[in-house]
Amino acid sequence: MIALGQVLEVLIGGLMSGVLYSLVALGFVLIFKASGVFNFAQGAMVLLAGLALVRSLDLLVARGFSPWTAVILGIGFAAAIMAITAWLIQRFVVGPLVNQGALTLFMSTIGVTFVLEGAAQMIFGSDVYPLRLFPTDVWLLFESHFPGGILVNKLDVWGAVIAGILVASLAIFFQQTKTGRALRAVADDHLAAQSVGIPISWIWFVVWLAAGLVALVAATVWGTKLGVQFSITFLALKALPVLIIGGLTSVPGAIVGGLIVGAGEKIAEVFLGSHIGGGIEYWFAYVLALAVLLVRPQGLFGERIIERI
Amino acid sequence: MLRNKLMLAAAILSGGAFASPAAAQNEQFVPILSYRTGAYAVNGVPYANGVADYYNLINERDGGINGVKLLVEECETGYATDKGVECYERLKGKGPTGAAFINPLSTGITFALTEKTATDKIPIITMGYGRADSKNGAVFAYNFPLLGTYWSAADIAIQHVAKEVGGADKLKGKKISLLYHDSPYGKEPIPMLQVLAKKYGFEFTPIPVTHPGVEQKSQWLSIRQNRPDYVLVWGWGVMNGTAVKEAAAVAFPRDKMIGVWWSGAEPDVQPAGDQAVGYKALMLQHGAGKFPVHADIEKYVYAKGKGASEPDKVGEVLYNRGMVNAMLGVEGIRKAQEKFGKKPLTGEQVRWGLENLNLSEARLKELGFEGMLKPIKISCSDHEGARDGRVQQWDGKGWKVISDWYTANQSDTEPLVEEVSAKYAADKKIQPRDCSKES
Repeated sequence: MIALGQVLEVLIGGLMSGVLYSLVALGFVLIFKASGVFNFAQGAMVLLAGLALVRSLDLLVARGFSPWTAVILGIGFAAAIMAITAWLIQRFVVGPLVNQGALTLFMSTIGVTFVLEGAAQMIFGSDVYPLRLFPTDVWLLFESHFPGGILVNKLDVWGAVIAGILVASLAIFFQQTKTGRALRAVADDHLAAQSVGIPISWIWFVVWLAAGLVALVAATVWGTKLGVQFSITFLALKALPVLIIGGLTSVPGAIVGGLIVGAGEKIAEVFLGSHIGGGIEYWFAYVLALAVLLVRPQGLFGERIIERI
Repeated sequence: MLRNKLMLAAAILSGGAFASPAAAQNEQFVPILSYRTGAYAVNGVPYANGVADYYNLINERDGGINGVKLLVEECETGYATDKGVECYERLKGKGPTGAAFINPLSTGITFALTEKTATDKIPIITMGYGRADSKNGAVFAYNFPLLGTYWSAADIAIQHVAKEVGGADKLKGKKISLLYHDSPYGKEPIPMLQVLAKKYGFEFTPIPVTHPGVEQKSQWLSIRQNRPDYVLVWGWGVMNGTAVKEAAAVAFPRDKMIGVWWSGAEPDVQPAGDQAVGYKALMLQHGAGKFPVHADIEKYVYAKGKGASEPDKVGEVLYNRGMVNAMLGVEGIRKAQEKFGKKPLTGEQVRWGLENLNLSEARLKELGFEGMLKPIKISCSDHEGARDGRVQQWDGKGWKVISDWYTANQSDTEPLVEEVSAKYAADKKIQPRDCSKES
């Protein structure tokens, strides 16, 4: 007999987990939306940003800086590292590949992934580095209604708030700013954008920097949850079904996709997995994604591509 | 630290093995299959450092094993079975006599290599991991799951739970869950725990966690609902730390969690901070800390700037385990030299040495391992050699030994070993050796 309290708890927990996946998926969406490049390196960027942040924080705290000063300086340092990374990627990887096919650009980001993973660990270390920026204790809600209450992790709530702020900021950026509109123009057609005077190298630097900063935000939440370590790169795989469901070009889609994946996989694991041996949540997310692909290939919120033949 | 990073860089740039020593005629080739990169590097690095430092010690302090220097080459597996097999194939024929033995540090790679190593006549040492049925050397002539299999570990864990609840008779009706890495490693203890559940009458629930184990919310929400009395943790890498954190999130008492000996090192608990206090884990005999052998390592390896690890990590749990593993391999070679001569030996000859290895308390003292290990004696029918363990508990700063020694009950484990190894022999058409005729 499944208790209502348990169903609600798993559902809420799943939705919250989904929002955390969305934080990673947003970086993918950002770059695809603005440059048409599927950035396989987003998971590696989360690792790099997290390592830069946590290692600088450790150093600053050891040097006697107050926690708040250390956090501000640490975030500044990590943001600078992501800016340098964005410049290097633009200058040496995607820049020279302007007007090349999507597959070529995608392959180049696979190369970037391995370089970033290796370089990040070589420079900052390959241990597990604890990061404690947000509370990780829990609330127990509705204890009077359900035995044991409904458990909600405070870190998940922080993740949801941060994701909300990010989505609002990105929406304003894309819709209301000149750079945002230029990004969309570049995404539509590199060559046409260049011909009307849009500085494509600058635009691509901006978009990779924005994705790097989104990766930094994701790293603060996931680093608090897991400790900053190599396994954070696996989050990229968690973000893929989110992207397929939400659509590669939609910021709100990344959030909705995350909610569907999170809730779907947790409910499947807890209530279905126990009957068939468990361990199904990882691939169940892809089952959901495939189901959406069959019905709506561009994802729930993706732009339908219509090309003149 | 810098050396560590350079080794990592070399591993990345070379796509696997680093150090490419030229083979010399009086050198014994010993491969190291390691993972210094990837999801499991956190645990793989200290272990590999312990192995590398001990081999280095043998060369620097003793000039090798009876004058035969160790020729070492490391190959990066990333804990991936395909890469592990690739490393094995590339390294098995190196050196004047080929690889002395192989130590994959992965149960998945062990499963993949078990038939190959028997065909190639190269021993596969799987200290504290690997196939539990390979304890039966009559069937698995080349497998050596030294010091303890997962079936022994499961038995020791249940013995400890029984002690905590007030006796084996009190296990009846208790709920014990196994949170396991969904891989050959994590699945290995399940048959033994099922046997023990039947014997003692406890309710056993296996709960898989998908590699690498970064997301465990569903598993822990299930645990919160089912409220088991104990959770056994069979994790590796990020899975361990995440399990501790998620347990804290659902307020599952950490002192009711017992990790296997691969879930009881410093990287498994330190990231969780105070949330890990109280967490328990089995010990593969040794724990953390320094013993006489460490003084030699510091004198002959680190003082010469040849250490693989950051000096402050020498003596951590997994570093020590790597060192113990290397020592057992070296002593296997030394034993084989007694019979075949003080020269580089083939894998087949080293297999004999391992099978006849007998490390007494006095010998362990000579080697500087006194206090770390109990005596171990390998034989044709017993490739495990010892099945003792203790339980340690994390107090927020370090591991503290909280139990006396347990010895896995062979009356529990042996019938399963016999049954499963006999099935393997039948499937693979292996004629088990008559151990009474082996010497």
